[in-house]
Amino acid sequence: MIWEVFRCERKGRPFEHAGSVVAPDADFAEAWAREQYGRRGESAALWLVPRDAIRDVESWADEFDLKYRRVDGYSIKARLKEARERASARTR
Amino acid sequence: MAAVEVPRDEQAFLDYVQAGGQVEATDRLPDEYRAKLVKFIEMHANSELMGVLPEREWILRAPTLQRKLALTAKVQDEVGHAQLIYRVVEDLGKPREQCLADLVSGRSKFHNVFHYPTRSWGDVGVIAWLVDAAAIISQKALLKCSYAPYARIMKKICWEESFHILHGRDVILAMVTGTPAQFELVQEALDRWWAPLMQFHGNPIPQEEDPMWHWRIKSQSNEAARQQFLEGYVPQIRELGLTVPDPKLRRRDDGVWEYTEPDWDELRHVVTGHGPMTDERLAFRSRFIEQERWVRDVVLAA
Repeated sequence: MIWEVFRCERKGRPFEHAGSVVAPDADFAEAWAREQYGRRGESAALWLVPRDAIRDVESWADEFDLKYRRVDGYSIKARLKEARERASARTR
Repeated sequence: MAAVEVPRDEQAFLDYVQAGGQVEATDRLPDEYRAKLVKFIEMHANSELMGVLPEREWILRAPTLQRKLALTAKVQDEVGHAQLIYRVVEDLGKPREQCLADLVSGRSKFHNVFHYPTRSWGDVGVIAWLVDAAAIISQKALLKCSYAPYARIMKKICWEESFHILHGRDVILAMVTGTPAQFELVQEALDRWWAPLMQFHGNPIPQEEDPMWHWRIKSQSNEAARQQFLEGYVPQIRELGLTVPDPKLRRRDDGVWEYTEPDWDELRHVVTGHGPMTDERLAFRSRFIEQERWVRDVVLAA
């Protein structure tokens, strides 16, 4: 059985994927993971997750153009330039 | 923004990794890419596993308890690296048992430097300092490997290797500040190890012709790695009063190091299983794989 190992470097930091171990059960998985990812005190905590339990979500459909919800939906450079030019024309 | 999906078509996949894209174990990988990954990563795992043997031979003979403990910790780290790396190979489809069988039968390779004897405590220092330094240069470049699971475990490996280099440098410093006889042991060891060290990063094939670069498994050419090693370590060796045994070694004004052409025939000969310690070390490894088979049987039966 494959267990994915996620490690947290310091309390409060996010858990990041580190690698995986093969073990017949959770106790062996913990023993291997402790040995391979915590032996030198490099981890504050570990999460062990059976690979089969992970639901992989990868495709992000964007059928509609939803850019208006994000910063990359707004290109203000040209407009800002024009606004500045008009402003300076007005003050002249 | 639609996430970048790993392309299924082989040419598109190649474009994707060549543009710096990374892939996961669960992505669909072209067969050739998978085969190249297995070959490269397996050799790395083999090298970690075989790399502990030259040092293991000195654990009982280490000069102080402190050194004995440090050396033991280092051996433990390297075996741990082998475990991590074999796991990646396993995930790519080659079982660990098969990797070990191919290692002891000579079908797969390991790094040239681990085919040589460790004659004195000076050799232990030179291995721990300079062999590890050369290795960490290659490993740091693998942090950008197109195969993400391998790149991620490299983070931990590089972190541990930094302790190894410092430990090695400390061993060397203790000896060069000791008696003239101790200094001489270091110089002799350096004389013995320089040629294998210069061969370590491989012959200077053009990057474009290197299949490992082609698939972005490696992110650096052999010669770039060697230049980085020379630039970083020759000054550190010389400042200790040691002599690098190469009369042609010279740093040009443009920063490029010139050196005597390494003996590529020796490299080929050694890594294909004809090094001075190849048979002995493989026989040792083979004996232990058999001796500890019962542990694997018990664990896998659990």
